[in-house]
Amino acid sequence: MSQKTTLLDLSPREATAAREIALRYGNRPDALLEILHDLQEHLGFVPEAALPALAKALNLSRAEVHGVVTFYHDYRREPAGRHVIKVCRAEACQSMGANELVGMIERYLKVKLGQTTADGAITVEAAYCLGNCALSPAMMVDEKLVGRVDAKKFEKIVAECRS
Amino acid sequence: MSKVYVPRDSAARSVGADEVAEALAKAGHEVIRNGSRGLLFLEPLVEVETKDGRIAYGPVTVEDVASLPLATGGAHKLRLGNIEDHPYLKNQERLTFARCGITDPVSVADYVQHGGFEGLKKALGLAGSAIVAEVTESGLRGRGGAGFPTGIKWKTVHDASADQKYVCCNADEGDSGTFADRMVMEGDPLMLIEGMTIAGVAVGATKGYVYIRSEYPDAIATMKEAIANAVAAKWLGANIQGTDKSFHLEVRRGAGAYICGEETAMLESLEGKRGTVRPKPPIPALEGLFGKPTVINNVLSFAAVPFILAKGGAAYKNYGMGRSRGTLPFQLAGNIRQGGLVEKAFGVTLRELVEGFGGGTFTGKPIRAIQVGGPLGAYVPASQLDMPMDYETFAAAQAMVGHGGIVVFDESVDMAAQARFAMEFCAIESCGKCTPCRIGSTRGVEVIDKIVAGEDRDANLDLLADLCQTMTDGSLCAMGGLTPMPVLSAIKHFPEDFDKPAKMAAE
Ligand SMILES: Cc1cc2nc3c(=O)[nH]c(=O)nc-3n(C[C@H](O)[C@H](O)[C@H](O)COP(=O)(O)O)c2cc1C
Ligand code: SF4
Ligand code: FES
Repeated sequence: MSQKTTLLDLSPREATAAREIALRYGNRPDALLEILHDLQEHLGFVPEAALPALAKALNLSRAEVHGVVTFYHDYRREPAGRHVIKVCRAEACQSMGANELVGMIERYLKVKLGQTTADGAITVEAAYCLGNCALSPAMMVDEKLVGRVDAKKFEKIVAECRS
Repeated sequence: MSKVYVPRDSAARSVGADEVAEALAKAGHEVIRNGSRGLLFLEPLVEVETKDGRIAYGPVTVEDVASLPLATGGAHKLRLGNIEDHPYLKNQERLTFARCGITDPVSVADYVQHGGFEGLKKALGLAGSAIVAEVTESGLRGRGGAGFPTGIKWKTVHDASADQKYVCCNADEGDSGTFADRMVMEGDPLMLIEGMTIAGVAVGATKGYVYIRSEYPDAIATMKEAIANAVAAKWLGANIQGTDKSFHLEVRRGAGAYICGEETAMLESLEGKRGTVRPKPPIPALEGLFGKPTVINNVLSFAAVPFILAKGGAAYKNYGMGRSRGTLPFQLAGNIRQGGLVEKAFGVTLRELVEGFGGGTFTGKPIRAIQVGGPLGAYVPASQLDMPMDYETFAAAQAMVGHGGIVVFDESVDMAAQARFAMEFCAIESCGKCTPCRIGSTRGVEVIDKIVAGEDRDANLDLLADLCQTMTDGSLCAMGGLTPMPVLSAIKHFPEDFDKPAKMAAE
C-alpha cells in the first residue's frame, strides 16, 4: 500500500461508518434505506467505498446494495454544497409560477438544477411536491420548508446560506 | 401573560410560524405549538385563549406581534374572531380533523381529553371480526386513491392464518396538491397511531410500519415523538392498557421515489429493496410484507377508523352520497385564494370547494382547469365545476377523486405543457418494470413536442392516442396505466392548446 495520502485512505473511515450504522439497526437488511439515510447524514453522501462493507454487514450482494443506492433519488453519489435547496416543480407549484421561479433561480445562482454553486454554498435540485401546495410555490432549504417563494424571499435565503 | 397557540405544522412554519412563536415567547406569553386548523391562507394563525373562546389573528408576522391585543383578545386589523365561528371552518364536517389545530399534537393527555382512544378502548373489548364488521358497516373506502372498501381488505387479512401479520401505513403522499396525510402526522399523529392499532387488534397483527416520504422531515419527527409518548402511556407496545393485546409501531423513511406510494413497491422498499412494483396476485392482504398477510392503508383511511369505532359505523355512513360514504379531507391547492384543508361529506361540488371555500383563483383571473386526484388525475374544465365529489361521478367523467387533492389553474395555463409534464413525470418516476410505461412515457413527451411544433399534427395526435391506449392496457400498475388520464383530458377539454399555429392565427 502506498504511504502517500490518497483518496483510498478515506475508505477505512467510510467502511467503519457503514459498519457502525448497520450495527445500530441490528444489521437488518430491511433497514437498508434507513442505514443509507444515516450514512448520508453522517458523511454528506453515500460513497462507493462504503458499499462493500455495508453489503457484508447486511449479508447482501454488492449488486443489491448498489441497486438500491441508484434506484432512489435521495442518495447522493458525491458531496453536495453546504446547503441543499429543493425547488418544487410539481403541478400545484406550476400553477403559481414554479417554472418561472426555476428560471430565475438558475440565472441568479448561475447553475442548473442538480448543480452546485461555484462557491460550494448551495446545491439546487428539483423536487416533486413538498406537501405545501396551498402556499405555492414552495421549496425546501435543507430540512426547512418555505412557502410563497418570490425573488425577494429567495435572495434572502441565498444570503443566509452564504453567510 | 396570555396562553397563545402557534402551529408547528410545516406549512405554517414555511411562512414564519417559528419566528412568530419565538417573538411571542420573548414577550412573555405561554406559547403552545398546536397543529394547523387547515386555514393555510391565514398562517401563521395565532390564537389566544380568552373567556370568549380562542380568538384568532392571522396571518401574523413578527412585526405584528407587539401590536396584538392578546390580554383581551380585542380589536386588531388581523383579528378573525373566535376561530370556530370562521365560515371556512364552521361550514366543514370535521370527523377526522376534529381535533387538529386544537391540541398539542404529541400530548397524550390532550388527545384523551378530546375524545382520543375512545375507539381503541372499544376495540379492545371486541372480537377481531366485530371490529372488521364495524369498519365494513361504515362504508369506508381507501383514501389513498383506488377507493377499495377497507372492511373487505381487513377481513381478508383477519381470515388468513399466519404466524405473523403486519399493518402498514402508506404515508408516501406523493401526489401534487395533497397534504392531508402530512397534516394528520404533524397535527394529530396519535389518531393515526390509534387507527393503526385498531387495525392490528382487528386482524391479529402485532407489528406495524408507517412509511413516510423523506420530503416530510417534520412529519417523521412528530410521528416518532407521538409513538414514544403513546408507548410511555401504554396505548401502544406490549399489553396495551393492561390487556393481552400488543402492537409495535415503527417509522420508516422513503427515499424520494414517487412509485413507492404504490403499495407493492412500498412493501419492497420496506424490505430494504429497490421500489419496483410486484405483480398481483398474490395480493398483499395474503402475501404482503415479508410474504405475510398485511393490511396496507393510506393515512386518511386509518385516521377515519377511531371515529368509526367510537361513534359506530352507521354514524360515519350517515355522511356522503351513493357509494362514497363518510367525509373526505379535500385539499385546496395551487392557484387559489384560500388554500387549505376542507373536510366535507362526499357530494359537495367542486364549485362549492373551489369558489365557495377557496374564493377563486389567487391571481383573480378566471379558473380554466382543475386537476383533481394528483398527477395521474384528469384536468377538469371550469364547465364541469358542478360535479359532486363522488368516486362514481368522477369515474363516469373519466376523472378521479383520488386522495382529494384539488389543484386550480387560471386562464394563463398552457394545457399542452401540462400534458407534456404528465408524460415527463411518468418517465422520471417509472419503476422501469414494464415497457409501455418506461418507454411509452418518453415517447409521449416527444410526440407532444411534435404536436405543439405543428409537425404532422393530426398523425401525431393519432399516435398519441394509440400510445395512451397501449399504456392504459399494458402497464402493470396505475403509474403507466393512469398517466394517459391527465393527457387525454387535456386534449379532450382544451384541444385549442394543442393547435398552436391555429391559436396564434386566431389571436
Ligand atoms: C403510482 C402510484 C402511487 C401511489 N401513491 C400513493 C400514496 O402516496 N399514498 C397512498 O396511500 N396510496 C398511494 N397509491 C395507492 C396504493 O397503491 C394503495 O392503493 C393504497 O395505499 C391502499 O390504501 P387505501 O385502501 O387506504 O387507499 C399509489 C398508487 C400508485 C399506482
Ligand atoms: S406501470 Fe410503470 S411504474 Fe408501474 S410497474 Fe410498470 S414500469 Fe413500474
Ligand atoms: S406541488 Fe409544490 S408543494 Fe405540492
